[in-house]
Amino acid sequence: MSEIIHRRPWSLNTLIFVFVFCWIIAAGFPFVWTMWGSFKVQGDFFSKADWAYAISGVRTQVETGGAFTGDGYFGAWITRSFWVAALNTMIVVVSVVIISLSLGTLGGYALARSGKKYAFYLLMLALVFRAMPHITLVSGYLLPFFEWNLWGHLPTAIIVMVAINQPFTLWMLHSFFLNIPKDLDESAMVDGCSRFQAFRHVIVPVMWPGVITTGLFSFLLAYNDFTVTATLLSQSNQTMVPKIASFLGTTQTEGNVMFAVAAVVSATAPLFVLVLFFQRQIVSGLTSGAVKG
Amino acid sequence: MFLNKITIAGAFIVLGSTAMAGCGISSGNVKILSNDFPAIQSVTAAASACSGNGVSVEANLTKDHKDIMVAALTANPAQYTSVITSNSTLVTLMNDGLVRPLDALVAKHGAGLNPSQMITVDGKIMAVAFGANAQHLFSRSDILNKAGVSSIPTTYEGVLEAAKAITSAGLMDYPVALNTKAGWNLGEEFVNMYMGTGADFFKPGTAEVAVNNDHGVATLNMLKSLVAYSNPDYLTYDSNATQAEWEAGNLALATMWGTRGGAVLDDEGSTEQVSSNTVLTGAPTWGNNARPASTLWWDGISISANISDADAEASFIAMMNGISSDVIKANNSDTVWLGVGYTPGPAQAGVSATAADGAAPYPMLPFMGTLHGALGAEISDFLQGNESAEQALADIEAAYTAAAKEKGFLQ
Amino acid sequence: MKNRTFFWFILPSLMTMILFIALPIGSIFIQSFHIEHGAVLKEVNNCGPFGCKLEVQVDVKASEQLKNDKPLGKFNGFGTYTNRNHLAVNEVSEAWEKSPTFKDFLTKTYNLPFYRALAFTLTYTFVVTPMVLLLGFGIALGVNSLPKQFKGPTIFVSLLPMIVTPLIGSLILFWMIDAEGILGSMLQWFFEDPNLSLKASPTLTWIMLIIYGIWHSAPFAFIVFYAGLQTVPMDTIEAAMIDGASRWERTRYVVLPHLVPLIVFILLIQLMDNFRVFEPIVGFSAQASATSLSWIIFNDLAGGEGSFFGSAGATSVLTILGVAVLLIPVLIRTWRDFKGKVV
Repeated sequence: MSEIIHRRPWSLNTLIFVFVFCWIIAAGFPFVWTMWGSFKVQGDFFSKADWAYAISGVRTQVETGGAFTGDGYFGAWITRSFWVAALNTMIVVVSVVIISLSLGTLGGYALARSGKKYAFYLLMLALVFRAMPHITLVSGYLLPFFEWNLWGHLPTAIIVMVAINQPFTLWMLHSFFLNIPKDLDESAMVDGCSRFQAFRHVIVPVMWPGVITTGLFSFLLAYNDFTVTATLLSQSNQTMVPKIASFLGTTQTEGNVMFAVAAVVSATAPLFVLVLFFQRQIVSGLTSGAVKG
Repeated sequence: MFLNKITIAGAFIVLGSTAMAGCGISSGNVKILSNDFPAIQSVTAAASACSGNGVSVEANLTKDHKDIMVAALTANPAQYTSVITSNSTLVTLMNDGLVRPLDALVAKHGAGLNPSQMITVDGKIMAVAFGANAQHLFSRSDILNKAGVSSIPTTYEGVLEAAKAITSAGLMDYPVALNTKAGWNLGEEFVNMYMGTGADFFKPGTAEVAVNNDHGVATLNMLKSLVAYSNPDYLTYDSNATQAEWEAGNLALATMWGTRGGAVLDDEGSTEQVSSNTVLTGAPTWGNNARPASTLWWDGISISANISDADAEASFIAMMNGISSDVIKANNSDTVWLGVGYTPGPAQAGVSATAADGAAPYPMLPFMGTLHGALGAEISDFLQGNESAEQALADIEAAYTAAAKEKGFLQ
Repeated sequence: MKNRTFFWFILPSLMTMILFIALPIGSIFIQSFHIEHGAVLKEVNNCGPFGCKLEVQVDVKASEQLKNDKPLGKFNGFGTYTNRNHLAVNEVSEAWEKSPTFKDFLTKTYNLPFYRALAFTLTYTFVVTPMVLLLGFGIALGVNSLPKQFKGPTIFVSLLPMIVTPLIGSLILFWMIDAEGILGSMLQWFFEDPNLSLKASPTLTWIMLIIYGIWHSAPFAFIVFYAGLQTVPMDTIEAAMIDGASRWERTRYVVLPHLVPLIVFILLIQLMDNFRVFEPIVGFSAQASATSLSWIIFNDLAGGEGSFFGSAGATSVLTILGVAVLLIPVLIRTWRDFKGKVV
């Protein structure tokens, strides 16, 4: 793409840079603000007196003696054992992504390659499934889960999230598989492969960009979910988001609110690494030239 | 003096034996579900100390306890053996018969309890209360003095006058705050204010709502006069927001929960100026009525119906340990404790005054929650000036009636 | 693809959906046609720390048998759907007959909770969805033309609005837009109005929610488009360049057609997600000015004391119907694509 960039007029280049820059500010500013504020006390970051306290740290000076404090992080990670929740989140997220994608690639591939009417109806049905607000579904599970003693465990939350995410995964992967030319797997089948072998040897190697993007969304769903995890997990199995909510509690106790802010900032750090990695995957997967629309 | 020594010695012995034999529970599972605020955290932490030696104690403290409560206790065996309830949640559980009478357990293990802690329904003890709470008036004496208001108002008419004096003296633009966030909080403000009229919410003996009357109109108008002195954002003000506003020194008169007293008076989060001039008094009355415009709430212990008797007994003993006088003494300022060992402090003065002035408890009626929901949803239109008080009350009645029919309270 | 092969490929996915989505939907559907059995009430003496009072209680024993025989409750047909808190058939027809002007009719209808929620839900959906598509496409084009070393960090920052958990994200944003917060103060300074508050007026609350919605969902459209842009066939673009097509023409006639399946996909997901808008309303404490269908469901299930399962079921079914109606144009297109597919 780089030679195209050079051929672009400078006015367009400026426009693009200004636009992307504005977007970056809009997208990143609240987060930078939060990160900065996580090293302050609540009286500064949530100051009702003057918002500039959050920058200067007036109350932080008074209450801790310095302009910055790590109390929020210490409280969250050490005192309130946020690391347990982080571990639980890791288990949940990894399982949800792997299971979702395994089921979804098989299903999405089948839907993309079948021209039968029922495949279409299935896709439609998946949409109807997806239209249901999560809160309704989850409150529907509650009683049976309690009756069968399934409530409160990580696997229960994992399988529920996989199921809730399945319609989206199917649709997205179906769209991506439609972009992979049919001749690829069909010529493999002419060569004597079974459908599954064709899928395994021809499609799997070229499907990664779509799978990674879909995986990113599964990841975000599992990572950010509140409805399912808060209602279906017991306190000892809590993942990060309900744990953060519990820092706030029903009545926000002075100081605990900053645990939540610090926890949010810590929870975003691993994503940075992940996104950088994922970005390289997408580009490298595509420049190899396997997929041409 | 001698008596005191005996009590201390006795407490010591009890404490000693607790540590030895896990609160005297031989075996059983204790699982506690509850809301999440400081007093409850102290109680569950002390109850959890009973675990070990074949006894397991687990607690789930969550803001969303109401959402899973019914399903968790309907299962057999129930997921939780004990739920920390209040006036309103106990009724929800009792509507479905999910909690058990505690008379036998109280007789056996409840020696140290005050008789007033028993919540009895139809002669049966259904819960043991440990803490009380109510909304009452917080005032800033320095601001009132500057505005020339000599005494803390005891009526809402007085609050309005004081607010007028403050604004016309140019001290503050919005001196008044109530917990008026649309939804449950706003509904609670209506309930409080309507309580002050002394009228009933329902026609006696039935589930038919009776707020669509002159008392209702007067209540709505009083709320509207008060929010006229509130920050325009008042429909988003929950108890966390009002506390923050108070600590920032932006308010002079506010109706807030008693449990906020401790946090407001301490030295964290606000200036010396604010905390040293904050005065906590009982909830005001209004309209020449004697009853304070507030509702009294209790938090208490209930034990599930769908569990084995052994687990029920273990849970009850663990919870008794959670609300023992040692716990009360160690966490004296968390709430207005109802048990033995509590010394009223300055942070709880407002709640005690409200109760002493004769405020009524929040009604323990099966359909009160349904009405509360309708109130919270329908009042904001009136406060924003979109409709008349009569229309708002008609809407409340219609919304309640439709919901109560679905619940089977009205045919 | 053979039916048999198809079946085996789709089976695991289908199983989870049937178990955890189809069955609950079925039970919710059935539940929405039932209301609870009539409660038998009795007056009893209640005592507590604050004294005794004669109060009404539910006689659990009296209706126990009935509850055990018919655990779903009393059959009510479409009663819940048509009552005042949902479609309000009687109230709307009465308003129609008695209103002197059409405006008066609209005011009366808007006073009913369901229609009020519907009004916001539809406005939100139809403003946010196209804006998200446009903004997302713009960002994707922009990021795609950045030098390679900037792409990674830019993508990460672009994803932040979607990543930071809405629970805390809204807490912080809610505070930032407060009249005393940084954004709120800046707006006051910008409009030279010291009393401007985003939380106080219904109109501003709507605008705020919509802007939040666009901000929160744009990364989704961006990342899908960005992935799509990587697969744009370079040879076609080069061919178009040789033919003398301008930059705009290349985008319009080569890039866009290539992205059509993705546009349809984003449209589908966004229409659906925006129709279910819920979290920002809770996060921004906006329910006095704006409610949505999902918010009503949430309020029925978790808003207060005890849950209204029938009510929540009815609103859920109505939400599904609403989504189905919204998606019809998209679905017709998908159907045509589907039939056009050579198998």
